[in-house]
Amino acid sequence: MEALLEVVNLKKYFPVESGFLKKSVEYVKAVDDVSFKIYRGETLGLVGESGCGKSTTGRMLVNLLKPTSGEVRFEGKDITKLKGAEEREFRKNIQIIFQDPYASLNPRMTVGDIIAEPIKINRLAKGEEVEKRVLKLLEYVGLASYHRNRYPHEFSGGQRQRVGIARALAVNPKLIVCDEPVSALDVSIQAQVLNLLDDLQKEFKLTYLFIAHGLNVVKHVSDRVGVMYLGKLVEIGDADSLYDNPLHPYTKALLSAIPVPDPAKKRERIILSGDVPSPLNPPEGCRFHTRCQSCMEICKKKEPELKDVGQNHRVACHLY
Amino acid sequence: MLLQVKNLKTQFKVKGGVVNAVDGVDFEIDRGEVVSIVGESGSGKSVTSLSIMGLIPNPPGKVIDGEILFKGEDLLKKTKKELQNIRGNEISMIFQEPMTSLNPVFTIGKQISEALIKHKNMSREEALKKSIEMLELVGIPSPEKRVKDYPHQLSGGMRQRVMIAMALACGPELLIADEPTTALDVTIQAQILDLMLKLKDKLGTSILLITHDLGVVAEVSDRVVVMYCGKVVEKGTVMEIFERPLHPYTEGLLLSIPRVDEKHDKLFMIPGVVPNPLNMPKGCAFADRCHRCEEICKKEVPPLVEYEGRQVRCFRYLNHKEGKV
Repeated sequence: MEALLEVVNLKKYFPVESGFLKKSVEYVKAVDDVSFKIYRGETLGLVGESGCGKSTTGRMLVNLLKPTSGEVRFEGKDITKLKGAEEREFRKNIQIIFQDPYASLNPRMTVGDIIAEPIKINRLAKGEEVEKRVLKLLEYVGLASYHRNRYPHEFSGGQRQRVGIARALAVNPKLIVCDEPVSALDVSIQAQVLNLLDDLQKEFKLTYLFIAHGLNVVKHVSDRVGVMYLGKLVEIGDADSLYDNPLHPYTKALLSAIPVPDPAKKRERIILSGDVPSPLNPPEGCRFHTRCQSCMEICKKKEPELKDVGQNHRVACHLY
Repeated sequence: MLLQVKNLKTQFKVKGGVVNAVDGVDFEIDRGEVVSIVGESGSGKSVTSLSIMGLIPNPPGKVIDGEILFKGEDLLKKTKKELQNIRGNEISMIFQEPMTSLNPVFTIGKQISEALIKHKNMSREEALKKSIEMLELVGIPSPEKRVKDYPHQLSGGMRQRVMIAMALACGPELLIADEPTTALDVTIQAQILDLMLKLKDKLGTSILLITHDLGVVAEVSDRVVVMYCGKVVEKGTVMEIFERPLHPYTEGLLLSIPRVDEKHDKLFMIPGVVPNPLNMPKGCAFADRCHRCEEICKKEVPPLVEYEGRQVRCFRYLNHKEGKV
């Protein structure tokens, strides 16, 4: 399979400024040396708890954040160094859907204008063509043509998310970064949006990077899944093999913590002690060793690398 | 029975009309039991819990009908003063967002002590000592130091532990937990749920859990109340609800959650959206989204029917004898 996008040693450090002169003394290592590939037509899920760097990674792929170092290669070309017209041209290829559909839609624009904006900016259509395209897009995402003259506040959460999806589709992207697209929605609405994303993927041969903290949702949509912890990718593999046979102790704990809607199933639960350490000064060695139940001496000193354990499954742990 | 809610009705006056947020809700909680109320946003589950606590802002809200019997006494007939002696003492509550429900300018020790000084007539020193004990009970490391911390110095999971410590400080008989883990990550959620259940067994507190997460419901509750548009649509034990949901809404909800232990190509979908509370349909509130809707559903509001020893609000069970449908 061909990689549509390749992330190589991607890092993002946010400086923490303090003092009168705003000198940056420390760095929050939000994403620290992450590499992975996204293949054409697949859905790669990215899971992890808050602060693990999954959203920061997503934003760097869309070029909304500039990486501190590392490369993002889209169809073989490094996009982090693009500028001006070239960058604008590239942006058509990767679009993003945000978590909070209300905060990401301009309240003073009608839905029709919101969806038409990317079409006009990228000069994909002119005059009446624009209107036609907007109507088509509304139809794709399951909204009616009369919705185009309404404002975002007139819509429910699920409908707003549909508007966000239509806007992302407007420029015929190849890859869509879905950053927690259903986290803010009710269960019944969540199912509607997930099914819509699935239909659109088949129809337009889209590739998704699906970022979420809901592990059940990620399992449902993804072909492959990556697990992040404190800015590091700790495990990545095919969705089925990762969920059936998790290797990293963190992945195991994370999976065992998901409440399953079946009272008859009583499962062994691994309860992690303590909280995620501060990303300002992450623990030395393996970043998970402070909460790990299988921690060894070496874990405290040496950082494990992502190792291939066969069947497309890679894990960063000294146990393997 | 520790708590009996009978025909509770809570209204809110808003621009453009009156919203019946809670519309005739009945349920009860026994001692040592965990009862969950599930429902989506707007189903009235939080308003139900606030009504029990007497915390409905008036105006615009008002409990217009019903009884809330706590140990046989109607909370709705109590004076403000009497309620204050019950709240935080015999009934206490934990909220979804621990940061907004803790006061940022007081240390957590001071905040836990407040209830103890007020309700248990403790001196400040005694209360502080008890606060440290409570922090230890909820698993906060080095509680003697932490007791002097301010809320912003704690992580989300720790803050929720402090909330639990505060709620349990006076040894309440009923704990109302309104989405206690929604703002937390899964591994922290597992810690908090585990803690709540352990403390329930240890202290014998009954818990009313308000949540939209059916996974959490399945793991912790004894009995479940499903709400839709201000009404109870189904009640039963946790096994009954999950193994054999009767109401089409419960059925749809259970089918539409992606599961980690099963693989489906497409998710079951409940079509449409919750109706506008100012413009409720004439018949069953769920009729427009129901995959089993019949003629009568659009005309009349279905009553809560007894069926196989459970209660369900659906016409399908009205004329059928047990075992058929």
